[in-house]
Amino acid sequence: MSFRGLKSASGVAALFGTAAIVFAAASGNAQDAPGGVSSVDISSEGKEVYEQICQACHLADAKGGGGAGAIIPALAGNAKLGDADFTIGTVVKGRGGMPWFNDLLTPAQIAAVVNYVRTHFNDFPGQVTEAQVAAVVAANGSPAAECATC
Amino acid sequence: MEMSGTTRRELLSMIGKVGGTLAMYQAMTALGHAAQTQFTGPPALSGARSGATVLVLGAGLAGMLAAFELTKAGYKVQVLEYQDRPGGRNYSVRGGDKIVEVGGGTQTVGFTGDNYLNPGPWRIPHHHRTLLHYCKAFGVELEPFIQMNHNALVHRKAAFGGQPQRYKELAVDFKGHVSELLAKSLNAGDLDARVSAEDKGKLLVAMREWGVLDANLDYSSGLKASSQRGYDRAPGGGINGAPTPSKINSLSDVLSSNVWTQMGFYFSYVMQTTMFQPKGGMDMIGKGFFRQVGNMVRLNTQVTRISQNERGVMASWTDTKTGKTGTSEADWMVCTLPATILSQMDMQVSDAKKAAFKALPYSNSLKIGLEMKRRFWEEKDAIYGGHSFTDQAIGLVSYPNYDFFKDRPAVLVGAFASGAGGYQLAGMTPEQRIQTALDQGSVFHPGDYRAEFMSGASVPWSRLPWIMGCCATWNEETRAKHYQDLVSMDGRIVLAGEHASYYGCWMEGALLSSIDAITRLHQRALAA
Repeated sequence: MSFRGLKSASGVAALFGTAAIVFAAASGNAQDAPGGVSSVDISSEGKEVYEQICQACHLADAKGGGGAGAIIPALAGNAKLGDADFTIGTVVKGRGGMPWFNDLLTPAQIAAVVNYVRTHFNDFPGQVTEAQVAAVVAANGSPAAECATC
Repeated sequence: MEMSGTTRRELLSMIGKVGGTLAMYQAMTALGHAAQTQFTGPPALSGARSGATVLVLGAGLAGMLAAFELTKAGYKVQVLEYQDRPGGRNYSVRGGDKIVEVGGGTQTVGFTGDNYLNPGPWRIPHHHRTLLHYCKAFGVELEPFIQMNHNALVHRKAAFGGQPQRYKELAVDFKGHVSELLAKSLNAGDLDARVSAEDKGKLLVAMREWGVLDANLDYSSGLKASSQRGYDRAPGGGINGAPTPSKINSLSDVLSSNVWTQMGFYFSYVMQTTMFQPKGGMDMIGKGFFRQVGNMVRLNTQVTRISQNERGVMASWTDTKTGKTGTSEADWMVCTLPATILSQMDMQVSDAKKAAFKALPYSNSLKIGLEMKRRFWEEKDAIYGGHSFTDQAIGLVSYPNYDFFKDRPAVLVGAFASGAGGYQLAGMTPEQRIQTALDQGSVFHPGDYRAEFMSGASVPWSRLPWIMGCCATWNEETRAKHYQDLVSMDGRIVLAGEHASYYGCWMEGALLSSIDAITRLHQRALAA
């Protein structure tokens, strides 16, 4: 069986063409890793960002779950999300066991998913903007997970 | 350095007595020993005060090491464990096991025979000497983990029209093209300002030999390159014995494959061969520890509150099977619960320690096991263990490292996903995950992958109700601000586990953390 394929497309398209988030699995992570580089696409639509990222923990209905003392918080009907700055800060910086997401999501994606969660699973007024998120990202930097043993 | 064993031992013992463990470790390193690990042997604790007791929370490796060594030191130990099995993240799933997720998703694993998936740790570096020590001590049989396989595949959606390539072809081509460029730059004098004439000569030889370049310093298709990357027709016998060389890939195509990321991966300290796995599943290690300490462990016991005063510690708990509540008391506590649980626990420790647990996010990770009717990757592709890499969400396909050539079903790892891919897969239903893994993995073995599939099981760490994540993730800022607060002894309580180490996410880190924690606990107990 032959694995030699067609001539590849130019790398320029991969670098500039799409909103693909490209990150080295080995970089910034001291933990065991699959090896190589992932190029999984994340949508720019809030609903899809929620489905592709957030529902891994908060579940499809955004109701979270778990038993007493081991709870994944609900985002649906969550009064705290009325505070848009709190919501942005949580996604950008992480909270408790939840990691920071400003290395995985762009400010536009974060704004889109914050708006989706605040309006679809809640009924809070007002839209956050990409610029608002970018300002929080700029103020916090992007912490690099350490790489002592990777 | 040559020294007789006795002399060296005496010298080290003397250094240890005068300067403590750190001085001894530094001396051992200088003498050419112990560079692999901070492990200097199991802790030699002894002489616990008569009747002294320790309560250990969590029967993962850190907790069970604590129970084992503290019992040897003379303490009476009790261990409380939430799950119905020991081991924690040292875990294997087999046919009949249930995987229950937050939100209610439940899978019953359908694997046949002794087949298993190691959802968490699955490979052990040769320098993780603490873990290897206890495996040997507890009779846990180890076999090679086939980490590096030159004949496995590398796939990138944007390279080679999406067709996977053999690792050896890409890696040899990458090395050849880079060698050619460097050799020609040297010859053209481009680097004369940076490389001495003598080194230039040596480097040219090195590039020609290492890069398998031809007489013109070209990396070219021919028998020379084929002697590393493989042939179109391999050497044989008799009248048609002559080999036919393979055709090399262009520099541009090779660069599009990103193969240097796999080459770099194999250079990682924790990924270098030799690597091991326990025969029969990773949980053989947890079971090995449990054989030593099982009589001290109360399973199905959820701790609900942790308190302490100047006389001792107390944990309130609920039996998850019977609903019975109770308390356990002791003089001291080793708490190995993960930070995701501690940050929600009613626990009597300092505000600084609470701030430390709350500053520890956990990574996501997901593995999928796929049972196949036969080992088509061996039969058709000559792939025996190791990994085929992809930039799709699944991350890789990893082939079983045991039972080679056997005519019975085998389980391969159909996804080891982290980052965005890990979240995408974890957010799916168990059935969607399997379908996605089959679609993505089919790129390596079209046809067979779906045709030979029997059943699959997925383990999304972010949804496991007892941990809600994979491993603690530190960064430079949180290390500086919180690490010492996390590991410090707080009254009568000390924490242990991978999160309390600089070896996060590795079993070695959990064990080294536990050894350090119980050593300090013992010193404190003797001084009290």
